[in-house]
Amino acid sequence: MKKLSARRRHPLAAVVVLLLALAATGGLYAAFAPAGKAQADETAQSLAIDEGKKLYSVGCASCHGTGGQGTTDGPSLAGVGSAAVDFQVGTGRMPAQQPGAQVPKKKVVYTQAQIDQLAAYVASLGAGPITPTEKQVNPEGADIAKGGDLFRTNCAQCHNFTGEGGALTHGKYAPSLEGVSPKHIYEAMQTGPQSMPSFPDTTMPEQQKRDIIAYVQTVNGEDSASPGGLKLGGLGPVSEGLFGWIFGLGALIAVAVWVAAHTAKAKKS
Amino acid sequence: MSSQEIPEETLPVEQGTAHGAVTVADDPFADPGLPAHKPRIQDIDERAARRSERAVAFMFTLSMLATVAFIASYVIFPVDKIVYIWPFGHVSALNFSLGLTLGLALFFIGAGAVHWARTLMSDVETAAERHPIEAEPEVKAQVLADFAAGADESALGRRKLIRNTMFGALALVPLSGVMLLRDLGPLPERKLRTTMWGKGKQLINMNTMEPLRPEDIVVGSLTFAMPEGLEEDAHDFQTQMGKAALMIVRIEPDDIKNKREREWAHEGIVAFSKICTHVGCPISLYEQQTHHVLCPCHQSTFDLSDGARVIFGPAGHPLPQLRIGVNNEGNLEALGDFEEPVGAAFWERG
Repeated sequence: MKKLSARRRHPLAAVVVLLLALAATGGLYAAFAPAGKAQADETAQSLAIDEGKKLYSVGCASCHGTGGQGTTDGPSLAGVGSAAVDFQVGTGRMPAQQPGAQVPKKKVVYTQAQIDQLAAYVASLGAGPITPTEKQVNPEGADIAKGGDLFRTNCAQCHNFTGEGGALTHGKYAPSLEGVSPKHIYEAMQTGPQSMPSFPDTTMPEQQKRDIIAYVQTVNGEDSASPGGLKLGGLGPVSEGLFGWIFGLGALIAVAVWVAAHTAKAKKS
Repeated sequence: MSSQEIPEETLPVEQGTAHGAVTVADDPFADPGLPAHKPRIQDIDERAARRSERAVAFMFTLSMLATVAFIASYVIFPVDKIVYIWPFGHVSALNFSLGLTLGLALFFIGAGAVHWARTLMSDVETAAERHPIEAEPEVKAQVLADFAAGADESALGRRKLIRNTMFGALALVPLSGVMLLRDLGPLPERKLRTTMWGKGKQLINMNTMEPLRPEDIVVGSLTFAMPEGLEEDAHDFQTQMGKAALMIVRIEPDDIKNKREREWAHEGIVAFSKICTHVGCPISLYEQQTHHVLCPCHQSTFDLSDGARVIFGPAGHPLPQLRIGVNNEGNLEALGDFEEPVGAAFWERG
């Protein structure tokens, strides 16, 4: 100890101490870091990307280009993120059946595992919105009233007050939100598919998206109540007026005709 | 061909000439009168009449029961009780039972009355003669004479001062009614031309109630903003928002076709009035791929990438644009009010 202490003012002492400290930190890191797991994750991720690339080449490349760069038939996928893929493929919109005003929702052709692989590949093309986790989209405990407020401010103009959907220009339309899963509603808000504008976290925080999902599920879910019954598409006075004029007045006229056509006379003439 | 050239034999035969005598009946369109009255089974058979009586009473009794059921369901069902009823789905038990029982109560009053009138009330047809509307000549003469006597006795023709002041009083009285119309005012003055926006007012996000920053707004997104200083629980919140409502989108600056729009934007962030210039519907059906905004009321369509030009529908003006910039704190702010009046056109808009 005395020897060391005697050399503590040596010009190289600081360098030696620094080297020792670096070695200690590096050794400790190597000992404690979850190296194996990280490696495994990375391999799984790159495997998924490889698998996704194969699926992409078969199912998507004809329109979106071999490297996702886009063609005249389909937009570039660089930067759309995994959330966009999960929404478009997970609701059956992609792969598209035919060009048209709008690509409709249809039967899903890929399994969730394949969709995840496709999403991993497309996400590797450029940073974009990430597929939300189960917890991010869970409407449990969300503020339904606040969600209604937000829905009427941001969504109702196209999707109707209870998410029944509505018409846009040139054959485009806002689809009904009935039966759409929380994850897909979340992803649609995050990515803005087709004609829909996006509502990113910067202008509509995650919690508000959950509030909106909770509201939609309350007013337009499997067991949502319609206090008056027979909501006729939930379109308001248009369909209700049509029903009233045709069936309500029609029934009154039919009864009046029936009463007048049946004579009460004893001898029918 | 002139009429002189028509040959004699083609002209119609005149009545009563030797060529064809026509016999004319005394009254060719005689009133056939009412058909003979035929009795109903209830008029002949007293038992049938009593059956009808019981049927009518039964329907009125059903109506009474339905009314009792209405009152009972009002008492029994709580407001928030939801039940499943095929084919109506999940409905409010209270609404459904109230509607059903009140409907039945009214229906059976009507049905009973119709059955009563058809089977038991007298159905003998009678004709009511019409009379001329004009009064008898002697009544008319009497009225005119009375009027002349009254005018003479009141000396209206002689005392001209009374007559003229009376006319004046009668002419002025309606002015009180006209004066009350003043309560429809005050005149809007400049209120239709100005909104709450002004120089330095920050754009507040309607979702988070925080000032918006340029980096928050990405291309393809849609955001709604209100002016700084407006409280949601302020008494005039709706009045102010009715004019100041703002929608904000971001367009790649190269995609903006209108020069003024590009200058009034901040790095492609454009702010337009959310009130349709046709009849003032809130309008925000924004299609992010085409940058078109559709009004749900009458399908007016505006192109946000070209100065909100009207490309379809009845709207007469483009949507007013708000000139925006960034303040020292890095928040978006208005650089003034809208240059033209927002919303529907009005008489003096120009």
